[in-house]
Amino acid sequence: MKVTFPHMGYMYICLKALFNYLDIEVVVPPMPSKRTLSLGTQHSPEFACLPLKINMGNFMEAYEKGADTIVMAGGVGPCRFGYYAQVQREILKDIGINMKMVVLEPPQKHISELLIKVRELTGSKSWFDVVRAIRFAFNKACAVDEVDRIVHKIRPREIETGAVDLVLAEAIKWIDEAQNKKQLDEVLKQAKNELASIEVDYSRRPIRIGIVGEIYVILEPFVNLNVEKHLGRMGVEVERSIYLSEWINDHLFMGLLKMKGNKSARELAPPYVNHFVGGHGQETIGSTVKYGKEKYDGVIQLMPFGCMPEIVAESILPTVSREIGIPTFSLILDEHSGDAGVITRLEAFVDLLARKKEINDETKDAEGAFICADI
Amino acid sequence: MPVKIGVPRALLYYNYFPLWNGFFRELGCDVVISGKTSKAILDKGVKMSVDEACLPVKLFFGHVVDLREKADYIFMPRMVSVERKSYICPKFLGLPDMVRYNIPDLPNIIDVTVNMSRNEKNLIKSFTEVGRLFTGNYLGIRKAFQKGLQEQERFERLNQLGFLPHESIEQMEKGLISQNYSPSHPGKLTIAVVGHGYNIYDAYISMNLINKLRDMSARVVTPDMLTNDIIQDRSDELPKKLFWSMGKQMIGSAFHYMRSQSIDGIIHVASFGCGPDSFTQELIERYLRRSRNMPFLNLTIDEHTGEAGVITRLEAFIDMIQWRRAAQ
Repeated sequence: MKVTFPHMGYMYICLKALFNYLDIEVVVPPMPSKRTLSLGTQHSPEFACLPLKINMGNFMEAYEKGADTIVMAGGVGPCRFGYYAQVQREILKDIGINMKMVVLEPPQKHISELLIKVRELTGSKSWFDVVRAIRFAFNKACAVDEVDRIVHKIRPREIETGAVDLVLAEAIKWIDEAQNKKQLDEVLKQAKNELASIEVDYSRRPIRIGIVGEIYVILEPFVNLNVEKHLGRMGVEVERSIYLSEWINDHLFMGLLKMKGNKSARELAPPYVNHFVGGHGQETIGSTVKYGKEKYDGVIQLMPFGCMPEIVAESILPTVSREIGIPTFSLILDEHSGDAGVITRLEAFVDLLARKKEINDETKDAEGAFICADI
Repeated sequence: MPVKIGVPRALLYYNYFPLWNGFFRELGCDVVISGKTSKAILDKGVKMSVDEACLPVKLFFGHVVDLREKADYIFMPRMVSVERKSYICPKFLGLPDMVRYNIPDLPNIIDVTVNMSRNEKNLIKSFTEVGRLFTGNYLGIRKAFQKGLQEQERFERLNQLGFLPHESIEQMEKGLISQNYSPSHPGKLTIAVVGHGYNIYDAYISMNLINKLRDMSARVVTPDMLTNDIIQDRSDELPKKLFWSMGKQMIGSAFHYMRSQSIDGIIHVASFGCGPDSFTQELIERYLRRSRNMPFLNLTIDEHTGEAGVITRLEAFIDMIQWRRAAQ
């Protein structure tokens, strides 16, 4: 059995660690590329959302590399993600790719439903080993997120452009290659040291932007056209509303661990969104409110074209922006997004924020200062 | 003077209007429906909503704007779920919020939550909450609720006889209580039009699809003419239960008509940007192609659709079916 899975940012590091730990042979699909996208779009429904198409491409490329089993998550709606696996299975069947699909669904009646599925994969390994493997995979997710957080801080302040990204690529490789917890701790320490030795200018006061929106497009740099990197190089300090480890804790561990989760964001969403709308719609609004209160300079919403929960959020976002006084910008991503157009728009947005910050700084103490410049 | 309750003639109007109408009338309120869809209404809706929203939601916005001056309250329940462990669509979940923050100067909005996903008894709770706005008489609310359910049942019976929902609503207004024969629509062909009620029955945005088919001497059947049991039964053929009630209706009816000997072709109508439709359409098409040679036409409608294009495609589809028949 050669197992493969869809890509979502750095999630492959965790899943690879998980399967390797359990002695399951794993085929990591090639990193998403133009080819992945065109393979995926060729066979997917036209109006399906972007993640489904990239996933399809991942599966097809993994099949070429010899994978025969797909591990995929399920769901109970109302977001379309819960039905991805079903549609993908039908498509794969029709184009003659015979792969076994193991769909991990949230149990409807009893936890045993999920456990039986896990057993299909793990074979004769003991549950103790499974739990240990999951813990190790989760540790890797936390390590990646820790590095990411530091990088977000350093990138706008680095003196030599691109220095951080070189270290980041190295660090990710180290984390990926770590075989056990001890090694992982070591490489994390080493990565932190390397990051700390990068030359930075701490006298800069970068613009701070919060990134909110749909999880897949936030986490997958190929889909969001490396928006974090581009913003960082424009001198923007980026903060994300969601990190991989938090998402795993919220959705796979049912919030078992005490760490910052999506609950706090959801609580801030009323009165704008008074009800769960599926996906991350409510979190998008809640996080925007949060960033507004924390006096961030702006918020960027990332969403795939046609994403239902994010459309709800998008249509309410202007009101939030007006009432909380934080500029927002919705960036809609689809398979046609060209790099240059997006960068131009980001630059324009950042320029506006920089101008506003300047004015605010100048007039901070003057009488009749306005708090929010209307953009 | 009785309170005027505005009901937009869009979205779930085509599924639940008799229930709401019966309830509010029994409570002594006046029910005002927004006008039939026109270019003006659609344009207003398109202007008020975000670009990415689907056509039916934009149209709903337009109908709400149309009611702005005409009613004291606008009724737009937050329809989360109408059956166990099933949702309608994320956009319905956030609809009242989207409307409230995008259309200025609205009268009071009644946005009670209807969520039967955990417990089907929640329906009466929701209606009680609405009734409390107008009367403290708990018994009266209960009676009105019963009246609404009766009307809804009669409506569904008429639909299953073969009336289209908007025809049933018209007939009920005229006082038709029940009949035991189907309305006659002579025709040589029978075409199943599979699509959401708010797309296929709205004559303006569907480009008068159903009447055009009838003019081409085709009988039209729709998902609303099937009983819930059939829909449930057929949609259970999928390996995993669909968690959208309306998607289930589309799949169930398409699977049913696909096997029926008396159906000559299936037309699937989807609106641009509809999330659930993008999946159900894919599944229907794939199953259909595997199982049997049934002519299938997929129409996607949006606010720009030109009528001529639709007519051409319909004519081609009907012609093809007739040739196919002649060849057999």
